[in-house]
Amino acid sequence: MPQVSMTVNGKATSGTVEGRTLLSGYLRDHLGLTGTHVGCDTSQCGACVVHVNGAAVKSCAILALEADGADVATIEGQANADGSLNVIQQAFQDHHGLQCGFCTPGMVMSAAALLKENPKPTERDVREYLEGNICRCTGYHNIVKAIMAASGQDVTAIAAE
Amino acid sequence: MPKDTGIGAAKKRREDVRFLTGAGNYTDDINVRGQAYVHFLRSDVAHAKINGIDTSAAAAMPGVVRIFTGADFTGVGGLPCGWQVTDRHGVPMQEPPHPILAQGKVRHVGDPIAAVVADTYEQARDAAEAIVLDLEELPAVVNMGAALKDGATKVHDDLTSNLCYDWVLGQTDDAAVQAAFDAAAHVTTLELTNQRLVANPMEPRVAVAEYSRGTEDYTLYTTSQNPHVIRLLMCAFVLGLPEHKVRVVAPDVGGGFGTKIFHYAEEAFVTFAAKACNRPVKWTASRSEAFMSDAQGRDHVTKIELALDADNNFVALRTNTMANMGAYLSTFSSSVPTWLHGTLMAGNYRTPVIQVNVKAVFTNTVPVDAYRGAGRPEATYQLERVIDKAARELGVDPIKLRRQNFITEFPYDTPVALTYDTGDYNGTMDKLEVAADIVGFAARRAESEKRGKLRGLGVNCYIEACGIAPSNIVGMLGARAGLYDAATVRVNATGSISVMVGAHSHGQGHETAFPQVVAEMIGIDESMVEIVHGDTSKIPFGMGTYGSRSLAVCGSAMVRATEKIINKAKKIAAHLMEASDTDIELKDGRFTVAGTDKSVAWGDVTLTAYVPHNFPLTEIEPGLEETAFYDPANFTYPAGAYACEVEVDPETGKVTVERFAAADDFGNIINPMIVDGQVHGGIGQGIGQALLESCVYDENGQLLTGSYMDYAMPRADDVPFYAVDHSSQTPCTHNPLGVKGCGEAGAIGSPPAVVNAVIDALHSGGMTHVAHIDMPVSPSRVWSAMQG
Amino acid sequence: MYNFEFVKPATIADAAKALGTEEAQALGGGQTLIPALKQRLNAPATLVSLSGIGEMKGVCRADDGTLAIGGATTHVTVASEAAAHYPALAALASHIGDPAVRNRGTIGGSLANNDPAACYPAAVLGSGATVKTNTRDIAADDYFQGMFTTALHDGEIITEVRFPVPQKANYQKFVQPASRFALTGVYVAKFADGVRVAVTGASENGVFRWTEAEAALSADFSPAAVEGLTVSADGLIRDIHGTPEYRAHLVKVLTKRAVAAAA
Repeated sequence: MPQVSMTVNGKATSGTVEGRTLLSGYLRDHLGLTGTHVGCDTSQCGACVVHVNGAAVKSCAILALEADGADVATIEGQANADGSLNVIQQAFQDHHGLQCGFCTPGMVMSAAALLKENPKPTERDVREYLEGNICRCTGYHNIVKAIMAASGQDVTAIAAE
Repeated sequence: MPKDTGIGAAKKRREDVRFLTGAGNYTDDINVRGQAYVHFLRSDVAHAKINGIDTSAAAAMPGVVRIFTGADFTGVGGLPCGWQVTDRHGVPMQEPPHPILAQGKVRHVGDPIAAVVADTYEQARDAAEAIVLDLEELPAVVNMGAALKDGATKVHDDLTSNLCYDWVLGQTDDAAVQAAFDAAAHVTTLELTNQRLVANPMEPRVAVAEYSRGTEDYTLYTTSQNPHVIRLLMCAFVLGLPEHKVRVVAPDVGGGFGTKIFHYAEEAFVTFAAKACNRPVKWTASRSEAFMSDAQGRDHVTKIELALDADNNFVALRTNTMANMGAYLSTFSSSVPTWLHGTLMAGNYRTPVIQVNVKAVFTNTVPVDAYRGAGRPEATYQLERVIDKAARELGVDPIKLRRQNFITEFPYDTPVALTYDTGDYNGTMDKLEVAADIVGFAARRAESEKRGKLRGLGVNCYIEACGIAPSNIVGMLGARAGLYDAATVRVNATGSISVMVGAHSHGQGHETAFPQVVAEMIGIDESMVEIVHGDTSKIPFGMGTYGSRSLAVCGSAMVRATEKIINKAKKIAAHLMEASDTDIELKDGRFTVAGTDKSVAWGDVTLTAYVPHNFPLTEIEPGLEETAFYDPANFTYPAGAYACEVEVDPETGKVTVERFAAADDFGNIINPMIVDGQVHGGIGQGIGQALLESCVYDENGQLLTGSYMDYAMPRADDVPFYAVDHSSQTPCTHNPLGVKGCGEAGAIGSPPAVVNAVIDALHSGGMTHVAHIDMPVSPSRVWSAMQG
Repeated sequence: MYNFEFVKPATIADAAKALGTEEAQALGGGQTLIPALKQRLNAPATLVSLSGIGEMKGVCRADDGTLAIGGATTHVTVASEAAAHYPALAALASHIGDPAVRNRGTIGGSLANNDPAACYPAAVLGSGATVKTNTRDIAADDYFQGMFTTALHDGEIITEVRFPVPQKANYQKFVQPASRFALTGVYVAKFADGVRVAVTGASENGVFRWTEAEAALSADFSPAAVEGLTVSADGLIRDIHGTPEYRAHLVKVLTKRAVAAAA
């Protein structure tokens, strides 16, 4: 059986996988990093988004072996070194950008990718960037608000709490 | 000034930290040592006779532990329906068996035929492909009208027809109703469909079970909104297990929206198989599997008639609805089109004569049950659409027509079995008019027209019956369960508190909001209070979370238990200070003897309770733990008014929601941030229903919308920011917190606002021939309607 | 998913060799193939990843003035690197799927699959591009042969796509609300010698050219030029998201919008 090695959240990992093992399966089942969630089988919901070599990727739509040698970042590696929430995570909590929490890891990872390429996104930018992340709980209001707040923009004018 | 702690404070959610760091514990994150995996072989046809199932080749495949078929379940019960509806003649509904694995026939695409347990998931799936089925396909019954025709193919051969029940509520005398219509100055009629939806919590269902031969204990981890209900139904009606030997755990659950209320075949199966295989068994649904095995929602076809007098007062209302049950009766399916729908047909209005007729129909489709709002969205949609149509026909302002007919005096006995305890519909409408900036609409419409777009404004009201429910009432109506809830408040020696609650939090923020109540009652910091939920071995009992009931029912139980704690703590404090307990006052976490400067701290009392060296042992027991069960006296009646502004692209028919405003009366509010979030989410789902979502079967019963490739989930760019106002507050009169519940309002109140707005936009563009467009109001449908 | 052997060659030659083995299948970005594998719709013995082949990646202006895009180039790369050369094509690439899909999905993978609602086929046909494989050059007009059907032979690899760069071009996509593929999409490209109009999402036969519009727009590149034309609904897709008549209507609306946006 093939071997795969990759850096995950800064740590070297390796394991024996099958050809068909998905990156999401490697993270969840081999490494026990269950923060990456699988919410669909058509690569649309985005609960499984991680970063592979800095780019947002749906980990349920990439084979683990395709990520051999890659630098992978997941939700488990996003907090600050002291364990406190990073700016995006904190904004999600501050603005109630999550309810059941299942889509949240993918939302946070997509938000991080967005803010890297577009540090001051407009509301429209955020909504369009989240095309591949489905949330059933929030109606997106507070997710969009949280991401704009995380970019340092003043969101107090946006309706409601 | 807003509070920063206790009741009414917008406290940030403590549960967020684990969800934001990947440290949540969802059912699929749970793996039990040595577990096997089950894959269900599901029917790919809607209706067929099973002539044979040959598992011999499959059983010899690598890794296969055991293969189960319906024959393995002949000795156990089927999945029960929890609500017996009695028809218009006093006859109980037709109630077919609902087996764990198909017995003799399959009745919908996705109906499980066999279950393969193997060492790995892929091995189970490989072996399932090697099972040889001999299915004799039968004509599928899909359309409800066709299903009710004489001679129609029967979904269940042992039933007399595909009619589950023919039910009536309100004025049962047809002649009296007709007389009211005959005397009316105007009658508005509307035929509409409330389309079938799929709840789609983002976490698919999962079940993991283990069994210990040593102790004969079972543990089931499952994605449920109500683990005690699952345990009760599974033990008492399905598997015949001793309830005290079964632990059901619903850990972090990734959304429910109703579809995780019900007891499903898969969770009973893994529990059964864990013992039969002497090995833990795990099942994880794929999203594709969820589309054909999660109970679906809505699916009503209705004709509604509204009669008005010459002064535009509502004088009579009559509805005829066909409600699709799917192939089997899911746990609460029968109650949805009846007691959760017909009882709401009065809406916010004084209509003296109301008759609601509902035929529930079996078809070869996935079972239908409660989905966020459950019956109340269907009631609200038809009523608020027909009122809007009436306003248009009569040339009166739709807000004015509603205001004119509002119920203004409470309590109000409706003609459809409910008593509204309180409300202020005019006050709430006033809030809406401000939140929606109704006066600014004309200018916005003019601006849209400059860009070649048609702008429409849609307004509607809603009322719901929540806080489900008074057991004595629902018992009379056919419920086979009580609908109280329970809480245990356990005060530790150091003064910290664990509250074991029967409500289950799967997004609602109970872990944050419930401590706000307890902490305020005692006067201690919220961080000293922890909520425990979702585990039958830890909580006293719980009917769970649905029907916007958690705070109104379970929260009330928690208040009662906390009151008992305070009473006992006062006795201890009185003893410590050598005073009478009737003189003890509790404020800010200190017990004081009234009129003196003598006081003891909360921690002194709690420590004394557990270190009873100086304790009135002859009067009270040591320890400080109390349980309360709470059964509400009435439903609660959240109500509100919603407004939507859309733009329609006249070239393509595409509708975009430009503005959305909600004014809700939820009574008292514990955490406004969480309440806003609940409303936002409901509106998102309501816009989804109005414009995007639809679960469609073809004439053969094949599911055409079996994945997110065809079932359109609302995305971030389909919706705007929402303006939400809940400052109109008439506290519930019969529960201790004065709360009404907020979980479903958004999904109930929003679809008619969107559709009303689309019709308004088309009329503004001169397309006055368009009286109605069924949901989802897709570009294709709008364009077709525009063509005339 | 059925299991398979996974190989990731570094050269086109090695990939071609690997694809020559029994029941081997090429893997582009996998954004369509992997979901299909999960449904067990395919059962390759060997999956040959094309993502490790450096010579199949990138965007550059060829000597003949065409824009050359490697078959394994991701949508996100086309969106950024083609922007200066061929803005309409870059804009199309920037709206395929969602950001995570664009980071993995490739032009070669999209064209090999030829989903009838995909965006790239409209650009390739609308531009009159050439699909270069490891064995031959295939003109766009010959390449697309109906829904999910192309001129590719088994094991043939799209190594590059060469786009003639038009004077003006624009793509209008009207999304199917669930999949976010094109319910109908129209690509209009104006070259010195005429206009090409390619339509995706609408036909049961996959991407096609609307030749009447091409003639009208070649004479007069304005939205008004197509006003008098009608599109037949015959052979157009009927599904829960739209009727053939609606799609026919959209073809015309989107063509006008594309011309207006390009002009």
